[in-house]
Amino acid sequence: MRIADTLRIEARPVGDCIWEIPPTAKPGMHVPARIYASEALLAQMDAGVFEQVTNVACLPGIVRAALCMPDGHWGYGFPIGGVAAFRADAGVISPGGIGFDINCGMRVIRTGLTEDEVRPRLRELIDALFGAVPSGVGAKGFVHLTDVAFRKVMVEGAGWCVAQGYGWPEDLEHTEGRGCLPGADPAHVSARAMARGMNQLGTLGSGNHYLEIQVVRPGAIHDARAAKVLGVEGPGQIFVMLHCGSRGFGHQIGTDYLRLFDDIMPRYGIAVRDRELACAPFRSKEGQAYWGAMNAAANSAFANRQVITHRVREVFSKVFGKDARELGLSVIYDVCHNTAKLERHAVDGADVELVVHRKGATRAFGPGASDVPADYREIGQPVIIGGSMETGSALLVGTAHAMTETWGSTAHGAGRTMSRAEAKRRVWGETLLKEMDARGIVVRAASKSGVAEEAGFAYKDLDAVVDVLDRVGLSRKVVSLTPIGNIKG
Amino acid sequence: MGAYRFLEEVALADCAMEIEGRDLDDLFETAAQALARLMVDPATVALTVERTVTLEAARLDLLLYDWLSELIFLKDRDREVFPQSRVRVTGEGPVRLTAELRGGPIDPDRTALGADPKAVTFHQFALEPVDGGWRARVVIDI
Repeated sequence: MRIADTLRIEARPVGDCIWEIPPTAKPGMHVPARIYASEALLAQMDAGVFEQVTNVACLPGIVRAALCMPDGHWGYGFPIGGVAAFRADAGVISPGGIGFDINCGMRVIRTGLTEDEVRPRLRELIDALFGAVPSGVGAKGFVHLTDVAFRKVMVEGAGWCVAQGYGWPEDLEHTEGRGCLPGADPAHVSARAMARGMNQLGTLGSGNHYLEIQVVRPGAIHDARAAKVLGVEGPGQIFVMLHCGSRGFGHQIGTDYLRLFDDIMPRYGIAVRDRELACAPFRSKEGQAYWGAMNAAANSAFANRQVITHRVREVFSKVFGKDARELGLSVIYDVCHNTAKLERHAVDGADVELVVHRKGATRAFGPGASDVPADYREIGQPVIIGGSMETGSALLVGTAHAMTETWGSTAHGAGRTMSRAEAKRRVWGETLLKEMDARGIVVRAASKSGVAEEAGFAYKDLDAVVDVLDRVGLSRKVVSLTPIGNIKG
Repeated sequence: MGAYRFLEEVALADCAMEIEGRDLDDLFETAAQALARLMVDPATVALTVERTVTLEAARLDLLLYDWLSELIFLKDRDREVFPQSRVRVTGEGPVRLTAELRGGPIDPDRTALGADPKAVTFHQFALEPVDGGWRARVVIDI
């Protein structure tokens, strides 16, 4: 990758933990590329990141810069951790800037339980969750949808679930966009996408998707005031975190429109450096069709996390013999990290409508923003950064600075540093399961090889990623969470 | 019979495959075999289901894209995987594929699961003639 190696050299510091590749680095770049990373994290980034973020800078209508968060790594089309905004009136929308797993995201649920109460029943709890939330290839969900009901899910998202009894009304208040993105249009969803996703509502998936039981360790609360607002009471408290998306339904919508855009780009005079960046003008017929289908998939992902939340509450209630409300199982927040959203931001002093693509990147709106829940508005939007199943995760909050620096965006995870094959060579799944068990982390997994692929050493140091976000001011760290139990696909 | 290998130096979180076949039919059959191996241990799938698939595309590379996408689709819709196939590719723009698939259900009690592919990407996607046959590179999002 000689080009990328050259670009790496040309990434020059323009601020603390901010690196810029100028538009002169590659023919066709309309704007610079900006990477947020410490020197150590930058050195860990693979060559693909530099190649891909500069490819994004070549897309029509891009505004200000193509961005990459500190957890960035080589993806397809955009780098994972990529953020780019395009003018709604003169820019494009690209499935490769969103990902096939549309609205893959994170949800964190607090509990009123402590580790002392959970630890004696942890195996029973993990076994019950593993049974209640199907995972892995070929899994089938517990919600039986008709065509009519599925179309309602597409339009109403998590709200449909709550109306069916799969959740509490206040869950919606604590979900990005109240669990329902506007613009969803089932008319632009293929029969194949529906057939593929019909049986999967309530399933976790595989790869890096998980459902985790976590605890706050002493010294893990970094901002006591914000932690209190989020419902974090202190060391020993138990949390539930889940990471999953729109399943086969969203994957098929991504496939359908990538294929379509690959065909029609010449009609709009668009050429891209990577076919995976296939795109269409946002206001074109095809761009608007994808927008309608993409939001339908996003809403199905909110619904998926909502019905899984319902299952989690059922399981806790059964295992601990108390009502879920009595156990304090309330949703802290639910965030997307694979979406494009229509947002208004300041550009050169003007208020401009932008299509903000976040692929493996989280929205991080600051205090006072209107889409931040009323009870969090003084601290900013909660941000959930999922780490590896061995090392832990983190809760942060959005900042005013992120609004001006990154269109209100931040990282989404730790970011891989190692291929899946290399991770499997270094450790057997069975061995890792035993080692984690000995360290007090109980894991149930549909695929043993999948466990090895997700070993902690395959990821960057989460603390290093979070420290960069905090230093640059893209989000503010609130609390770190440590896993004690994990369900994997 | 063709050959495949998984490439590690491409797209860290996903799965890149390089596939070679002595002709197009062989390459498409081998690609299907590689995809099945990614999803499951084929030895743990009872070969009880047979299907016929027909596809048409404007170009050969798009036919390969649609072929692998179809197998991923069947994995989700019917929860079935197909380690074996007999493929015939014909025509020159449009190109057509007829395939006889042999596989079986993903049985949680019997099947050793691997990854759950989401989609075929166009990242570094390539299908080209080489000495002695054809070669393809495909990155699967998992």
